[in-house]
Amino acid sequence: MDTQVNGNTKVDIKGLAEKWKGKRGNLIMILHEIQNHYGYVPREVSLQLSEVLDVPLARIYEVITFYNFFKLEPPGKHTISVCMGTACYLKGGAKLLDEIKNMFAVEEGQTTKDGLFHLQVVRCLGCCGLAPVMMIDGKIFGKVKPDELMNILSPYVKGEV
Amino acid sequence: MIQAKINGIDIKVKEGTSILDAAKKVNINIPTLCKHPDLDATAACGICIVKVKGGNKMLRSCCTPLEKGMDIITHDDELQEARRTVIQLILSNHPNDCLQCARNNNCELQRLAADFGIRTVAFPHVAKELPQDSSSKTINLVPDKCILCGRCVQVCQQMQDVWALSFLERGFQTRISPAGDINLSESPCVRCGQCSAHCPTGAIAEFDQTPEVWKALYDPNKYCVVQIAPAVRVAIGEAFGYPEGANLTGKLYAALRRLGFKAVFDTSFAADLTVMEEAAEFVQRFAHGKGVLPLITSCCPAWVDFMEKFYPDMVKHFSSAKSPHEMLGVLSKTYYAQQNAIDPATIYMVSIMPCTAKKYEIQRSEEMYASGYPDINVSLTTRELARMIKQSGIDFMHLPEAQPDHVLGEYTGAGVIFGATGGVMEAALRTAHYMVTGTDADKVDFENVRGLKGVKETEVNIKGNKIKIAIAHGLENVEYVLRRVQKAIAEKTELPYHFIEVMACPGGCVGGGGQPYGATDKLRVARAHGLYKEDDDKELQYSHHNPYIKKVYKEFLEKPLSEKSHKLLHTHYTGRPLYKK
Repeated sequence: MDTQVNGNTKVDIKGLAEKWKGKRGNLIMILHEIQNHYGYVPREVSLQLSEVLDVPLARIYEVITFYNFFKLEPPGKHTISVCMGTACYLKGGAKLLDEIKNMFAVEEGQTTKDGLFHLQVVRCLGCCGLAPVMMIDGKIFGKVKPDELMNILSPYVKGEV
Repeated sequence: MIQAKINGIDIKVKEGTSILDAAKKVNINIPTLCKHPDLDATAACGICIVKVKGGNKMLRSCCTPLEKGMDIITHDDELQEARRTVIQLILSNHPNDCLQCARNNNCELQRLAADFGIRTVAFPHVAKELPQDSSSKTINLVPDKCILCGRCVQVCQQMQDVWALSFLERGFQTRISPAGDINLSESPCVRCGQCSAHCPTGAIAEFDQTPEVWKALYDPNKYCVVQIAPAVRVAIGEAFGYPEGANLTGKLYAALRRLGFKAVFDTSFAADLTVMEEAAEFVQRFAHGKGVLPLITSCCPAWVDFMEKFYPDMVKHFSSAKSPHEMLGVLSKTYYAQQNAIDPATIYMVSIMPCTAKKYEIQRSEEMYASGYPDINVSLTTRELARMIKQSGIDFMHLPEAQPDHVLGEYTGAGVIFGATGGVMEAALRTAHYMVTGTDADKVDFENVRGLKGVKETEVNIKGNKIKIAIAHGLENVEYVLRRVQKAIAEKTELPYHFIEVMACPGGCVGGGGQPYGATDKLRVARAHGLYKEDDDKELQYSHHNPYIKKVYKEFLEKPLSEKSHKLLHTHYTGRPLYKK
């Protein structure tokens, strides 16, 4: 069974179910593949999965919402990760987060209305010496001051990155 | 057997008994907010902690079996202090608006806080501010009041196999939510209300419709009439301090008259009528080969909803007879209105039910308006009625008993046992026997259809015909029965059953989701006993001998399964989607 989400991409749910059939923890493995494919787990895919696997939707959502990895909303074009680990927090990570929230009218865990940025909080990116740290799509920015954010983010807004 | 000590008292219990249950045997109640006798221990709340003498670990007594030679301490300063801390932690994240809560005076958390004399909370208050969900108009979800005990989730997922409720997210963000974060009305919820009956706090309660009923009672242009279901009479006493299972039919009639109802009917009358229709339907299918077997009872609206959502292939097996309260509703606005020259448009029919799903049933389909009006205007639970009686200042305890109104209030023993699991089957078999043989069964009781076993299977012999029956209660028990039927149909082998009764709630309606709180198997048995006792005491124990049933058929309905009966007393079923979103 193919499913159509957002008009173009598809995932073969029946094939996935067959691939993981009878294996322990198959629901999580299938959800992983779905998330890797779409960047999130679309509701209509969960509903189909529920039918194919004969697993109640309630159980699927228990798993999705329990693990931080799984997302229920489409990710933004770019993901901004602000570190709130101890060092970054002490060095002003929270101020960075607040500033970004204000700039784009977005809360943590949400995507901006234009779909450009997804804002998330992470705990320690492993480079505390650079605190406060933020990361955009895997690129690290260290010792960030709130008034530098505009410069860091504008290439992404202008579509230069 | 295990020998051990609890608080210095010697005790012998069966192997595997939890410390919590063992302590009860020596009259020690260890407090808990999550463990319920119906459910498995989940060790969620952390209040039932105990210590083993000499050790310094605190064990959760709900999920720790008593072991040989253990010397258990259930109460000391350290344990009590830990319990006090846990209660305060819960309160620090609880709305604490007890005065305006559906569970005021009846809340397990409130009671515990009172018993422990909690006067201050040592932690800053953090409100959850989660949205309420009244979308189902039967059950109210107030996730702010949830203490995450997990009872409702276990009830919904295991006991009822519905999977409408689940926990979402984790840690401090954990919350109860209908499947996949939607409204309850969009979820597979069948409105059985067992979640509300098991919730220790006000997080899940019935959708309160008493304000509408008060308004109608005070409206001079409305002719308010009422009916009470069998199971209500043996449970309402719990709200007024009566012993378990006390049958208070006469007092209920009196209280309802004092509340201002102009006529008081009894759903048991319509249960007799249901028996006539359903037994006739069974005989038609079994003896005359008209229609498919097995026939499945359809009095329980949560079961009907469950079948329509989970087993739409079984639709044709369902008895088309409406549930008793619907039958009584339609008769009150047709037959009763005609006989008494009352404009049916002014009649306001309230049904008092042990059930939250009845609130849904009254609007289930157009056929619930067969009289040309809503056949039932409002359906209240036993809990709501108890509140109305208290609010009205009626001294229930000392109230002289009263009689119901004639015709629609007259019933036999067969009608009143509808409230217990197996009761519908037993009543229908008594009449089916008569319809097939023309004589009454020698033995009135079909005893092996009674009791709390999840699935009861037996055979009944009517004039050389073996009728194979199954009775299931608690929706988790349905699967076994229906899978057997589906398999036999698919493989074209002999049917395992001819007649199946299902009630969604454990114990049947006596254990209904709208009954007073605190139901356990012991209480369910006591309530059922109250009904069987009334059956024994009744002069008439066969629905077909009810003279008023005969009268209504003669004057109005003609005969069972007549055209008029079909129009007024029967309904259709249809498959429904599990998820509406």
